[in-house]
Amino acid sequence: MPHTVPVHDGLFVAGSPPRLLGSRCRACTGHHFPRHRTCPYCASDQVDEVELSPTGTLWSWTAVTAAPPGYRGAVPYGFGVVELPEGLRVVTRLTESDPSRLRSGQAMELVLDPLHLDGEGRQVVVPAFAPAGGP
Amino acid sequence: MTSVEVAGVAIHPFGRFEGVTTTELGVAAVRGALAEAGVGRGGFQAAFCATAYGGVACGHRILGALGMTGMPIVDVEAGCASGGAALMLAAGAIRAGQYETVVVFGVEKMPKGVIRSSFFEPWQEEAGLAATPAYFALRAQRLMATSGVTKEDLAAVVVKNRRQGAANPDAMFRAEVSPAEVLASRLICEPLHLWMLCSPNEGAAAVVLRAGAPGSGRVRLDAAVLRSHLPGAVLSESTPMAGLVDVDVPAPSTLAADDAYREAGIGPGDLDLVECQDTDAARELLAYEELRLCPPGGATGLLAGGATAMGGRLPVNPSGGLLSKGEPLGASALGQVVEVVRQLRGDAGQRQVEGATVGLAHTVGRGANAAVVICSR
Ligand SMILES: [Zn+2]
Repeated sequence: MPHTVPVHDGLFVAGSPPRLLGSRCRACTGHHFPRHRTCPYCASDQVDEVELSPTGTLWSWTAVTAAPPGYRGAVPYGFGVVELPEGLRVVTRLTESDPSRLRSGQAMELVLDPLHLDGEGRQVVVPAFAPAGGP
Repeated sequence: MTSVEVAGVAIHPFGRFEGVTTTELGVAAVRGALAEAGVGRGGFQAAFCATAYGGVACGHRILGALGMTGMPIVDVEAGCASGGAALMLAAGAIRAGQYETVVVFGVEKMPKGVIRSSFFEPWQEEAGLAATPAYFALRAQRLMATSGVTKEDLAAVVVKNRRQGAANPDAMFRAEVSPAEVLASRLICEPLHLWMLCSPNEGAAAVVLRAGAPGSGRVRLDAAVLRSHLPGAVLSESTPMAGLVDVDVPAPSTLAADDAYREAGIGPGDLDLVECQDTDAARELLAYEELRLCPPGGATGLLAGGATAMGGRLPVNPSGGLLSKGEPLGASALGQVVEVVRQLRGDAGQRQVEGATVGLAHTVGRGANAAVVICSR
């Protein structure tokens, strides 16, 4: 596998499967993504880093057909919200860019999706959810 | 509690005005509103200027061009709800006895092309997560899934508002459109097509508020409320990257509406017209539910029955809405208030809602911020 770099440090841990890196509040038990130093639900600073579940269910989805500001990757690309078993909704890229091929409540799994090449020719990757059990 | 009169209003048309500066747009609106109120230099004790892209001391530049400085001038930014926020501050100060007359104005020249926002981190932009219309689309998809809204309903909102906007000389788009044309416009993010989204543009609006009970036929400001989102909501104009699985978190628009109804001592059934945030077509339908104009899930029925069209029980966006006017961020909320006030005075010409006595203006957007303003005569 060619050398890849994450679009941003601290978003995920690679592996099979990769996992999003979030946080969990000791006071209210709420989960967050990306990681927070303080809890955005209850203001506690007793927050631990946790690896989030690599699977979830699809809650809403669309596809972006024109490049938004600052984006150099391919269009169209899938975009949606996935519910994780921790009780957390995550706004995320989806590997499926045809909305008609997705349905509400569908099982999804985390993958690392190629985004674009950086200035040194390395592949930049971004976490994305794919329909579970796909190729 | 001290009554607050809307003593004067004015709007600079919304559109694109090459060579006209932000200051010139603001000056036009401020002059108009002051003239209507019969207020001159030295006749007001404070000014609030709503803007997001106007730059440092935007309000000072506008009032400076008129030689009307010396009083406190404060710029206010609360996303799409900036004008509502400025109005809330002004009305509160008048009710507290701090000032007798306050000028509130909003002005914007939205950048052309794709708008970059400091709201997103650079890596979020790089990852394609700063796609503003995609967030609107996710919300629209949820509304379709939960309230039975169809793409045809979304097109019907556009058709309604563009028909109403055709009668508004201050609107940017003044041609009626057909459902087929709306659905044939370019797909931006499923289910939203280009014509279902409002255009960022330029414009200004101004309102003069004055302490005291208005005389017969004049308009009173009953409530001006700004609220932000509660923690946890993911798509209620809220936290862009994470949220709790919790459907019971009330949207900021509902928080603002409930406060405003209470403050005004009325309920949604008392309204004669509504100007609401139609950033996209689904947003208007969502506003029906959030503002309690219908029960949850009832938006389609309200629209299909014609209740929210001109001649219906509760016309929504008689001005044509942002889908017709376009959206100059800092000016849009006050633009709605100008429309409500003209409707209540009976000054709305071809688009007059007959006999209107109570009107509501609603904006919601980035922050999240939501504002609800209620006026009556
Ligand atoms: Zn907490």
